Amino acid sequence: MSMPLLRNDWVVMALFTAVVLSAPIWLSPIGAGYPDLLQKFAIFGIFAIGFNLLFGLTGYLSFGHAVFLGIGSYTAVWSFKLLTMNVIPAVVFATLLAGVFAVVIGFLSLRRSGIYFSILTLAFAQMSYNLAYSVLTPITNGETGLQLTMNDPRVFDGPSGEGLPSTTLFGMDMSGYPGFYFCAVLLIIAFFISLRIFNSPFGLKLRAIKSNQTRMKYTGFNTKPYLLTVFVISGMYAGLAGSLMAITDPLAGAERMQWTASGEVVLMTILGGAGTLLGPLFGAGIIKYFENIFSALNSQTLHEIFAFLPDWLENIIVVIAGEFVGEGWHLTLGLLFMIVVIFLPGGVVEGIRRASAYIRKLFNRSETDEIALSAEKE
Amino acid sequence: MSIVLSIKNVDKTFGGLHALGDINLDIEEGKTHAIIGPNGAGKSTLLNCCIGRLIPDNGTVEFEGKNMIGMQPHEINHAGMVRVFQTPEIFPDLTVLQNVLIPALAKRDGIFKFNPFKSLSAETALEADAVHVLEDMGLGEHIFKHAGSMSRGDKRRLELAMGLVQHPRLLLLDEPTAGMARHDTNRTIDLLKRIKERGMTKIIIEHDMHVVFSLADKISVLAQGRIIASGTPDEIRGDPKVQEAYLGGAEL
Repeated sequence: MSMPLLRNDWVVMALFTAVVLSAPIWLSPIGAGYPDLLQKFAIFGIFAIGFNLLFGLTGYLSFGHAVFLGIGSYTAVWSFKLLTMNVIPAVVFATLLAGVFAVVIGFLSLRRSGIYFSILTLAFAQMSYNLAYSVLTPITNGETGLQLTMNDPRVFDGPSGEGLPSTTLFGMDMSGYPGFYFCAVLLIIAFFISLRIFNSPFGLKLRAIKSNQTRMKYTGFNTKPYLLTVFVISGMYAGLAGSLMAITDPLAGAERMQWTASGEVVLMTILGGAGTLLGPLFGAGIIKYFENIFSALNSQTLHEIFAFLPDWLENIIVVIAGEFVGEGWHLTLGLLFMIVVIFLPGGVVEGIRRASAYIRKLFNRSETDEIALSAEKE
Repeated sequence: MSIVLSIKNVDKTFGGLHALGDINLDIEEGKTHAIIGPNGAGKSTLLNCCIGRLIPDNGTVEFEGKNMIGMQPHEINHAGMVRVFQTPEIFPDLTVLQNVLIPALAKRDGIFKFNPFKSLSAETALEADAVHVLEDMGLGEHIFKHAGSMSRGDKRRLELAMGLVQHPRLLLLDEPTAGMARHDTNRTIDLLKRIKERGMTKIIIEHDMHVVFSLADKISVLAQGRIIASGTPDEIRGDPKVQEAYLGGAEL
């Protein structure tokens, strides 16, 4: 953000809004311009932005953030079952309840820092996951997952017609593009809040905690309430993301809280660039895009792609590449992650920064060359 | 003269080691009080007992009439007692200006304040104050530099600026010139003299006799956890006990 214009929050927000709302247009050439995937980008973008507020600013690595995702989903589905199919109460209740849980989990986990904090959050998440599977079955519906049924009260909706109702926003059906735009608007708000926190005295204090927490205490700050506040904000972001997942598909299962889901958001944030504003969004986009493209490939499509090669070579390559697609797309993700962490510790954002610095240098050099050349001619 | 800090009967042992024994010390307002003594005499332990990093086994530390024992470091800071560390404790990942803004924010916002929607660039008054202190410390041209990339001497001056921006009632300096080159030391002495003219009370722990005798109004000598002498620089210079314990009999 070296350009002076980009220092203005409103200019940044206007650009960001334009880019997000036009995503269906500019993402269609790479095959990502359909509402299902776009919605995933927005939801995981919100999740990663919130995670980054905690991890990127304070350096506290939560390894159990998916627990808030799960709480958000369950709350949203319960809101659909008991109250109304309107998405507004679902989103509001999910965010608030995730916040309440974040107060409790944060209060206990933040008694420790570093690896112990990570382990505590992981333990809470796995505990919640197992509870959702077993003891809490009346609330979570265990292995089957919580779903809508015909007998749900839905007190504000009145009797439903034929079949299961779908989620709405004051009568507007939330499937397809309206669903995406609803998520997109929330993503824009979420990004705006994150931007303000980054540029606020509060955000600066959080970064100072990351840099030297002991010094913060001798400087006159009680660091605990700062950490708890940002942990709760971050948990609420995750709760919001969880509720949006339930809006796309009104179903909540315990696997949403599993450690793999917590790990995914860590990967997204680090891949994109922890502690940067846009990094988590890039990370979420890249991972979800790769998941979509690579998990859809199978050996038959691979044979088609490599059909130009001689048969024996084609077979060998398809066998090797076959391990990296379909179910094995995680291998591709793992490779990508290793490459980024080893060569670009600052994530994709650092890559962009380096590339732009390189290009700027090239331009400057060619300018000085021209001056030198013209001087020689004279 | 009123007493700012009063240390009474402070004892501290670590296992079998008697680090501090029955320390009594009064710091007068507006004075620079130096604490000197050989390595391991307990100087840093005494300072740590004052700012809440260590809790003494016995005794009281009263700051402006209030007992500080058992208070949290951040509470002691807000009472007006600020410490500058021996090894520079700064925020290496932030810019020099941000390093000074943090303590300025602490002074204004208190122990906790949640203001996520306020823009940092709107804090012009705080920023002007921070820049002023940094220029005073001779760091005016470095304000947008990464604090971690500065020289050791500059880091120490930055830490001094972080302490001064809070306008403390009492400043505790732990070897402010340790590891500095001669011209850097002299520059720091000049800075500290200028602060002295403003009437800020200071405690200085120092090895460098040149620094001590240029700055101190009063000197206390610590040896093996006890104060063996207290007085003006001239009294200390002539005290045979001090020469014996600290200077090994050499002439000052």
